[in-house]
Amino acid sequence: MSLAAPRESRPLVYITALAGLLLTLLPLPQYLSIVRPPFLVLVILYWSTMTPRAGGIFIGFLAGMLLDVLQGSQLGEHGLALSFITYLAVRLHLLTRAKPIFEQSLFALVALLLYEAVLWAIDGWSGHPINNPTRWLHALTGAAIWPLVVGLLGRTHAPR
Amino acid sequence: MAFIGGGLNRPSSRDTAPGPRFVVFAIISIVCMYYDQRDSWISTLRYYLQATAYPVQLIVGAPQALWHWASELSQTREALRAENADLKRRERELSIAAMRFATLEHENAQLRALGQAMAPLVTRSQVAEVVSLDLNPLKQRLLLNQGARSEIFNGQTVVDARGLLGQTVRVGPWSAEVILITDPEHAVPVQLVRNGLRSIAVGAGNSGELLLPYLPVNSDVKPGDVLVTSGLGGVFPAGYPVAVVTGIKRDPVLLLAQVRARPLATLERDREVMLVWFDPKHPAAPATAAQAETLPQVTLGAKQERALADAAEGAAEEAAEPPASAEDAPKDPR
Repeated sequence: MSLAAPRESRPLVYITALAGLLLTLLPLPQYLSIVRPPFLVLVILYWSTMTPRAGGIFIGFLAGMLLDVLQGSQLGEHGLALSFITYLAVRLHLLTRAKPIFEQSLFALVALLLYEAVLWAIDGWSGHPINNPTRWLHALTGAAIWPLVVGLLGRTHAPR
Repeated sequence: MAFIGGGLNRPSSRDTAPGPRFVVFAIISIVCMYYDQRDSWISTLRYYLQATAYPVQLIVGAPQALWHWASELSQTREALRAENADLKRRERELSIAAMRFATLEHENAQLRALGQAMAPLVTRSQVAEVVSLDLNPLKQRLLLNQGARSEIFNGQTVVDARGLLGQTVRVGPWSAEVILITDPEHAVPVQLVRNGLRSIAVGAGNSGELLLPYLPVNSDVKPGDVLVTSGLGGVFPAGYPVAVVTGIKRDPVLLLAQVRARPLATLERDREVMLVWFDPKHPAAPATAAQAETLPQVTLGAKQERALADAAEGAAEEAAEPPASAEDAPKDPR
């Protein structure tokens, strides 16, 4: 097993990201919507960690801008937050990738909290402060389903 | 951006440091946010982005639409008949209520010394279907299947059969996003029907609730009071039903009463909503700054004018009060 990235397929990254996007946008009842994990962010995190060259900051930025357009937030808000945590994921991928799945979940939790913190800060600075504590719940549920994401997406490509 | 995307495919790109790339994207994001905040050329860009986003939003809304379609198909004959009977009953009630409306409107016009009968407030209305709906404590939005092509504009009033629903915030060519009155970022200037008390109703972030955080403890509010739009603020016209007061908590320690209200519009169940256009010259149309200046120039007798001026002064003081307290209240938590 070499550390060089495998022959990852870029279309696969886009397809799974699109699936994540649809899951993120799917209308849900209010009580489910509160705890909905940020699927798109998890998918992007996964690819940035496992194959940083197929995933990476560009896709993170693109996905974030898409989220901005589709969710009606300020243009660039999710773009900045997502490119920030994909940057961290790419930077630290050698560290996190080899860790047991539980520890990876913890890394995912930290990443998701940072992501939400960036959004929260931008919301505040741009004059739309939303201090509802439920906004942080997404990070918890997202970290909780990280093993599932790894399990599912791990099947889509050859083991490294 | 092509050079970055292309660079990823080259073997040598392994050595491309992620740092500079992140800095580039961060700068792009921040520039976008800066201009988005200032509402410049980026709003044109957003208009077209809105158009490209619409297909995705349609796909996302499809399962829900399919579900509604299926449940409509499977409705039994009895259910439909019951619904029909119910609608007929309501139609009768409304027509009885509307019978005297014309007379009352004329009378009202005379009382306001306007002489001639007024043109109707609503000049045009357009039904739009809800494509998708996003309800959570942080955001309460709807997406409608009508946009700028149907002459829908930004900040347009959206109502359903029972009351005020919200206003459009982002309009694309074929779609429009509506911010509901229950969105935590939304506030609507309201007035109590019973005594004309003005205040501001802020969204509580859950679709069954509005808050009136700027009413003093000793203000005359009771559960069951109906709130209508006051026409201030320049967005909504006056007199549209908004909510019913459901609960009041008066804590003598606090300066302000904690008033809760339930919106009359059935925010989460609406499949179809209505967008309305108003006659800007109608007295109940939303008051804008420009109109407020021209308002006193209505030709009246000197006596009437003086009386009206006094009344207007009083009203202006009253009107200025809620926004003022709205600004003060958050800064002063006691």
